[in-house]
Amino acid sequence: MPDFEPVLLANIGKPESHTLKAYEAAGGYRALKQMLKEKTPLDVVELVKSSNLRGRGGAGFPCGLKWSFLPKDHPGPIYMCVNADESEPATFNNRILMEQDPHQMLEGTILGCYATRASTAYIYLRYEYPQALNRLEAAIAECYAQGYLGKNILGTEFSLDIYVHRGAAAYICGEETGLIESLEGKRAWPRIKPPFPAVEGLFRKPTVVNNVETLCCVTHIAARGADWFKSIGVPSDPNNPRDPGSYGPKLYCISGHVNKPGCYELPLGVTCGELIDRHGGGVWKGRKAKAAVPGGISMGLLTAAEFDCPLDFAGPGRYGCLGLGTAAVTVLDETVSIVDFLHNTTRFMAHESCGQCTPCREGTAWALRLLERIKAGKGRLADLDLILEIGDNIGIIPGTTICGLADGAAWPMKNSIRKFREEFEQHIKGTNPGGYMVTEAVRALQVIKVH
Amino acid sequence: MNPPTERILNDTIVAEIKAYFPRYPTRQAVTLPALHVVNRHLRYVPLAAVVEIAALLELHPADVQDTLSFYGFFKQDAPHGETRAWVCRSIACALRGGEEVLEHLCHKAGIAPGQTTPDGKLTIEVAECLGACEFAPCLLAGDIVHKDLTIEQADVFLSQL
Repeated sequence: MPDFEPVLLANIGKPESHTLKAYEAAGGYRALKQMLKEKTPLDVVELVKSSNLRGRGGAGFPCGLKWSFLPKDHPGPIYMCVNADESEPATFNNRILMEQDPHQMLEGTILGCYATRASTAYIYLRYEYPQALNRLEAAIAECYAQGYLGKNILGTEFSLDIYVHRGAAAYICGEETGLIESLEGKRAWPRIKPPFPAVEGLFRKPTVVNNVETLCCVTHIAARGADWFKSIGVPSDPNNPRDPGSYGPKLYCISGHVNKPGCYELPLGVTCGELIDRHGGGVWKGRKAKAAVPGGISMGLLTAAEFDCPLDFAGPGRYGCLGLGTAAVTVLDETVSIVDFLHNTTRFMAHESCGQCTPCREGTAWALRLLERIKAGKGRLADLDLILEIGDNIGIIPGTTICGLADGAAWPMKNSIRKFREEFEQHIKGTNPGGYMVTEAVRALQVIKVH
Repeated sequence: MNPPTERILNDTIVAEIKAYFPRYPTRQAVTLPALHVVNRHLRYVPLAAVVEIAALLELHPADVQDTLSFYGFFKQDAPHGETRAWVCRSIACALRGGEEVLEHLCHKAGIAPGQTTPDGKLTIEVAECLGACEFAPCLLAGDIVHKDLTIEQADVFLSQL
């Protein structure tokens, strides 16, 4: 495969890449000027629709379609929320985009607002990115000074204000309706849909929520056209008329036990193994890989034998994972205990469950207590079936919760135990030789705390 | 009659909070920005400050407290230390020794996660993914991410407080 010329990361690493001067010198804001002069908002929606751009935040919903759900002729205001609450463990592509090339995202945001007729955009930025906050605030000030933001942008009728809104370290704020509730000043409890945000969102007005990387893609679709975008990636399945395909470049994060962890831009559809060996520099310390997370821990686990899995929107699903997610690959080498891995991911989900839906709040915490008991050498084989049962019963797929956090908690449980059952059984038998077959209930007072 | 009690939010803090008003169509949306402003100045948000924020935002104190308590980010009993160190324990850092760094820092500082040293210099917190996984393990202190931490570098971090 020939090396791919990066587009989204083209400016990253250049001197002063975060400034307006450097961005404009590299051709920035030309697309915005052209679109505002020559195209109507509807044209921009159609352009993005025809590119088949799918949201980069995790769910992969077609971006143009989302925009077209907004009511026509609404008196307004319409709001745009930029989802910069990137909290999925092992994901950091949005941070790099915001810290090192904030204008690329702002240009996409302005284009997105023009297309959706939004007059205010809020960038919901997670607390953990202070450097991104500074860079975004500075970039927004530069845009106001240059006339890219404010009243009558570039002499047109179009006006827009962009504000950064800082989160407070809660994973659930990355869920679009949780984000909206948090922005409104309430606890970030996701809303029951419908109504979808496009109809009734922020401040009960039509709202579009887009991820940072999605908006960066919009910038390049405006500059280079939909055909260019569709020349990259994996085409849609001709036998499935509802498959929008996996087009365009994607930022892949690779972390964990590899020699060169980092963020790499590649066409959608690269295989997990190629990403690890060719771009991540292979598994560290000359060891072998045992497994990898395909796209943030919510997506589950691929075994080393499944590394031929293509990382496009349809690929991980064929290997029993939840989906592509954020395309953040974390590699586990042969020394890692899958029990520890599952304990870590379950602890994360139990900590970040917002507490609104009982199956998620109780299910994640229950599974965590079971895993703590297993780690403490008091596990029973029956616990594994219990964890699987919890996993099969929480989430929007079985239909028991409002948002997908619980599905993200369930998939690592189901994948880890179904793909590595023998290792779990050996661990339990080895650490609890006298009691691994016991099946009677554990008394509440015997709960063990590991951490 | 009770004597007038002293205000917690001084004029600077109030002005900073009010500067957010034009950004949002409702006052309630200023809750999170206001909590951040108060936390930046006082390093905690005591109940008395919650009452004053609520008055500014034309809300009930319970509305503000409801939001505040959801996040687990704002301390209410006592200010956090001069440095608040968020040590990542999520998967990418855990695979590269993040938990060991956390344990070492807590052991050296003589505190558990969530606690502040007696001299008020350091608060250690566990963080879920800081989004700096290419530099794992890492910790966030103020605006600075300390990257690729080893036990030795954790000691250097402590000595420079």
